Amino acid sequence: MKELHPDVVVVGGGLVGLAIAEGLLRQKLRVTVCDEGDRAFRASRGNFGLVWVQGKGVNSAPYARLTSCSAQRWPDYARQLQRDSGIDPGHTRRGGLSLCLEADELAEKAAAMATLKRHTPGFDYEVLDAAGVRRFLPSASPDIAGGIFSPQDGHVNPLQTLHALLTSFEAQGGTYLPSCSVDDIQYQAGAFSLTAPGKCLQSARVVLAAGLGNARLAPLVGLHAPVVPVRGQVMITERVAPFLAYPTTSVRQTGEGTVQIGDSQERVGLDDGTLPETLAAMARRATALFPLLRSAQVVRTWGALRIMTPDGLPLYEESRSCPGAFVATCHSGVTLAAAHSEIIAPWIAGHASPTLLETFDGARFSV
Amino acid sequence: MAPVLAFERLPCVDGEVVTITINGRAHEVDARWTVAAALIAHGHTRCRCTPAGPARGPFCMSGVCFECLVDIDDTPNRQACMTPVAEGMQVVLRQDLRVLA
Repeated sequence: MKELHPDVVVVGGGLVGLAIAEGLLRQKLRVTVCDEGDRAFRASRGNFGLVWVQGKGVNSAPYARLTSCSAQRWPDYARQLQRDSGIDPGHTRRGGLSLCLEADELAEKAAAMATLKRHTPGFDYEVLDAAGVRRFLPSASPDIAGGIFSPQDGHVNPLQTLHALLTSFEAQGGTYLPSCSVDDIQYQAGAFSLTAPGKCLQSARVVLAAGLGNARLAPLVGLHAPVVPVRGQVMITERVAPFLAYPTTSVRQTGEGTVQIGDSQERVGLDDGTLPETLAAMARRATALFPLLRSAQVVRTWGALRIMTPDGLPLYEESRSCPGAFVATCHSGVTLAAAHSEIIAPWIAGHASPTLLETFDGARFSV
Repeated sequence: MAPVLAFERLPCVDGEVVTITINGRAHEVDARWTVAAALIAHGHTRCRCTPAGPARGPFCMSGVCFECLVDIDDTPNRQACMTPVAEGMQVVLRQDLRVLA
């Protein structure tokens, strides 16, 4: 039965919205997710599936702590997701590497990791030269400067994770409404009315988890979500025999044998297409790192728009003028999925706000 | 277990014929066909293996799904549905995953 008067409406059915929605169900709330249709921008299909700790929060100790906390929760979170959905998110946490072609790149990264270690003393990493990298990844070029290995990095199958989240959400009694783009939200007498094509929903709480759509929706409930699109292009190769035992930040191999190549960061507005020049640059870097990729055939490419706040850090805030309305948006929806389900959702459900979240309040964007 | 598909050649105007080998065995095939059509005509509806599941074969017949990958002459993993047959062509169905080198 479709719940149009739930306890909470979550606007956005991607990795962030569904992780929060699923967490809210575990808080014993009735939850309805309103999602756009198939042609939405969907950052959930524009990511690399990394559950990544190294390099995150160099400029923000609270973000480093939130990232580390979520990554640590991921193994149990993945098992729970698989139990409740029957779908394996494919999470592994054996470590990961970021690779550098040049010596100055490596020196910069090493310095950043040292800073990160000061923020989060539990962060483990190694600075490696080319020979050190090749102990983990024998097919890496001997000509690279080196890289950083952290045993705390991992990866997951992002599409299977999204599938598992949705299946788990519905299995636990959540209502998922696709092709239900929210046009308007009104707040009156402590309750929210949401209008979508052919539907009107009412609830005491609303969570805006609509990625780029949050910019339009936030002002409706007295919030400010200054998010901008950042395009990432990705290349997918034919399935080949396994040769990459660990993920890297720009090249990883999936369990099916596919090699996924990133990683671009472009400010091109709402254009989720691909550009030959960018793909060529990605291919040049990937083959410089792993020469044997030269003969791999590219099967498909696509672009996707991801979310970026002005400082790159997440935004979690409850509206002051419309209490009960929340915004939750971030760049690393995969890594933070466990935290979204187990820390953000309880806060939204009415538990005490973790001190950790204060940094991510939107007041920091006010001039 | 997935059903084994049976294809039947429909009546059509006779055309020229070429000889190709599939896994070393010679077959006469319609010169107008793609390699995928020739594979299906000779019972090879599954032509490759995957690391995480059962064997796969031609599906979309239009260059989109990449499930019809076979070794054609010296090139590994070519799309059979996008490659017309040619006299003397050697088609090999991989029993294992391609190893990049």
